Amino acid sequence: MTQSHPPSQQRADTVAAPRRFPLRELLLFLGLLAVVLVVYAAMGPAYGTRMLVESACYAILALGLTIQWGYAGQFNAGVMGFVALGGFCAMFFSIPVNDAFWNSELPGELGMALLYMVGAIALVIAASRLNRIGVPRTLRTAIAVILGVVLYMVVISNFREIAGQIESQAGFIGGMALPVWFGWIVGGALAGGIGYFIGHVCLGLRSDYLAIATIGIAEIIKAFLKNADWLTRGTATVSPLPWPIPGPSEVGFTLARALYLSVTAVIIAVIFFLLHRAYNAPWGRMIRAIRDNEVSAAAMGKNINKRRLEIFVLGCILMGIGGAVLASFNSIFDPQGYLPLNHTFLVLVMVILGGPGNNLGTIFGAVAVYIIWIMSGPLALSVLEWAAHFGADTFGWDVPTNLDSRALQARVFVIGLLISLVLRFAPKGMLPEKVRHHG
Amino acid sequence: MNELVFFINNVMIAGAVSGSIYAMGAVGVTLIFSIMRFAHFAHGDMMTFGAFMVLLLTTLFPSAGSAIGVPTPILMMPPAMALTACLAVGIDRTFYKPLRAHGVKPIVMVIASLGVTLMLQGLIRLFAGTGGSSLYVDDRKEIFRLPLPIEGVRVPVVITEPQLYLFALTIICVVALHLFLSRSRLGKAMRAMSDNPDLAQASGINTNTIVAVTWVLAGGLAAIAGTLLSMDVTFKPDLSFFLLLPIFAAAIVGGVGHPFGAIAGGFMVGFAEALAVFNWSLLLRPFRDSLPEWLSLPSNLAFVGTEYKIVVPFFILVAILVWRPTGIFKGKVIT
Repeated sequence: MTQSHPPSQQRADTVAAPRRFPLRELLLFLGLLAVVLVVYAAMGPAYGTRMLVESACYAILALGLTIQWGYAGQFNAGVMGFVALGGFCAMFFSIPVNDAFWNSELPGELGMALLYMVGAIALVIAASRLNRIGVPRTLRTAIAVILGVVLYMVVISNFREIAGQIESQAGFIGGMALPVWFGWIVGGALAGGIGYFIGHVCLGLRSDYLAIATIGIAEIIKAFLKNADWLTRGTATVSPLPWPIPGPSEVGFTLARALYLSVTAVIIAVIFFLLHRAYNAPWGRMIRAIRDNEVSAAAMGKNINKRRLEIFVLGCILMGIGGAVLASFNSIFDPQGYLPLNHTFLVLVMVILGGPGNNLGTIFGAVAVYIIWIMSGPLALSVLEWAAHFGADTFGWDVPTNLDSRALQARVFVIGLLISLVLRFAPKGMLPEKVRHHG
Repeated sequence: MNELVFFINNVMIAGAVSGSIYAMGAVGVTLIFSIMRFAHFAHGDMMTFGAFMVLLLTTLFPSAGSAIGVPTPILMMPPAMALTACLAVGIDRTFYKPLRAHGVKPIVMVIASLGVTLMLQGLIRLFAGTGGSSLYVDDRKEIFRLPLPIEGVRVPVVITEPQLYLFALTIICVVALHLFLSRSRLGKAMRAMSDNPDLAQASGINTNTIVAVTWVLAGGLAAIAGTLLSMDVTFKPDLSFFLLLPIFAAAIVGGVGHPFGAIAGGFMVGFAEALAVFNWSLLLRPFRDSLPEWLSLPSNLAFVGTEYKIVVPFFILVAILVWRPTGIFKGKVIT
């Protein structure tokens, strides 16, 4: 990870420090509490609670990334994709059943199309094994490739037709009307499955390749969710998504959000506890040993690629769950609302600012950065407006009309600057990881 | 025969256009990769920056080009290239060099380059707005329609002026790059450093100069590619994000650290994209009547819709990582 200090300095914090009073943690969290109280006082309890819930969802995402980046040094640049997957599952399993779809003949046809797809995949796999029964390898490859292309064409045009029918007759296939938590769990599982695929391809190679591949998969997931109107309604968005607890219409905004906050707090507490145990267990030590010195860990007989894959999938699962919780809270599934800036780089800043590898630091970073992020929009706008007035009065500028959309762009710059500054001047974050010597 | 012209327009020309753009981007990425050993994610934004500089200069002097008979954006390209090269060297001095001096892992450099990406994007959007704008401020974009001298062909081959410039400049850049890397002292030093940095330094090569030259080359090429792309379509600040994946796929397909592999990879990715989104039932239409009854052609036989174009470079990337992680030309840096 951030091995940016010369060895002599690094030595200093790897030596077993005596248990000290956690002054730094206490001060930072007290400061955070003060800021939260100021927001509550200024914007009202409903707004403040919403901000807290959202930052709690981001904290789950950040915990997922801190496992990957802080524990194992894997850089996932496609958090957005896993968040979107989680959001999709939360939507798909919890919204009401669409009777217009299920009462028609379309489900059967869709099932047949999916069956064809499975059959085609099986056929291609069988063709790729033809050399086992004596077909020459080059011929086998040719057969498999041609068969793959032809079957792909057949299946995909069949599928397009049915998707078009669903869109024109029933809108979209609707939901499952299952409990909300079920969607959250499946969201995590699905994100973990995609993570397994990516990790399987990339984790044995150079670390940069993982970043490239995750950026790609995130864009693909977003493109799919945005364009698969038959499944997600695409840009038309799906809302409202049900909550696992009484909603604002029953108990009022503040109380409902406070209840939701307690749900997310329980989730975070559970994750935090489990991670804490894992980090201090032999497994956690092994992970850190691999991160800090791969060669010697391999020499000790550790299966490096398998451990890496475990870590990566675990992180992706947490991201999926976090995304699902976030989507349920916002009560809207909007594939276009998933942006690399909001859902990848913001999480990255939370982790590297809070302290990669330190769970407490990550949660601190998540809440602190989210508050800055939420508050920076209005702030940037007022600064820009002031500057524009000043410029117009003194130099006679003609002020651009789309000032508010440009003020939002200032946040892109600030996030980028923050990443650069943290990497340069505080590579271990506000609450650095405490590495203990055992024995 | 009309179908064949469709094929030429939608696959040959479109593939060559995006292939040239990807190739020029991938050369820069691969050079940076081989000298500094990290994947430079801000490359797409250096392209956008180059195009933005051209836009700025063209808006300032809209009619400068007509004096000598070329479109103004083309005339403004050399200064924009110089500016982008300066920017690249400046970014390296302020953001990457301190990290390199600390001896961080390559992946930290990758994150730093993502930070630079966001900063550049924020600045460009702040000044250019989020909408698109044409680089042709005063001139008009020439579109050539070349009818084929064959009986019964009604559809002309369509090619635009910026595309012609793009092809010409790509060829010039490739030849110049080849001469530079194989003949000049600096180019040879660059190759030496990409092979073995320690040995290169020990034999008296000034590594700082080499790093600066790499950034100048990468920045200049990025400015050319970005400008021509923006001339061909329009200038948009978020252009870069869609370029990133194809460019990296191209660099990895060609073998990381191989400039000519990157060029081949760029064209491969470009043509693969064009082939994948091409509607093949257009080509099969002449045979429609002779096909048997059970094999009726659907109207859309494209591999992927244009909205899923990004799947193509990703698929190529995954395939190459699975089967041949060194790339087709045996790149060197993989672990």
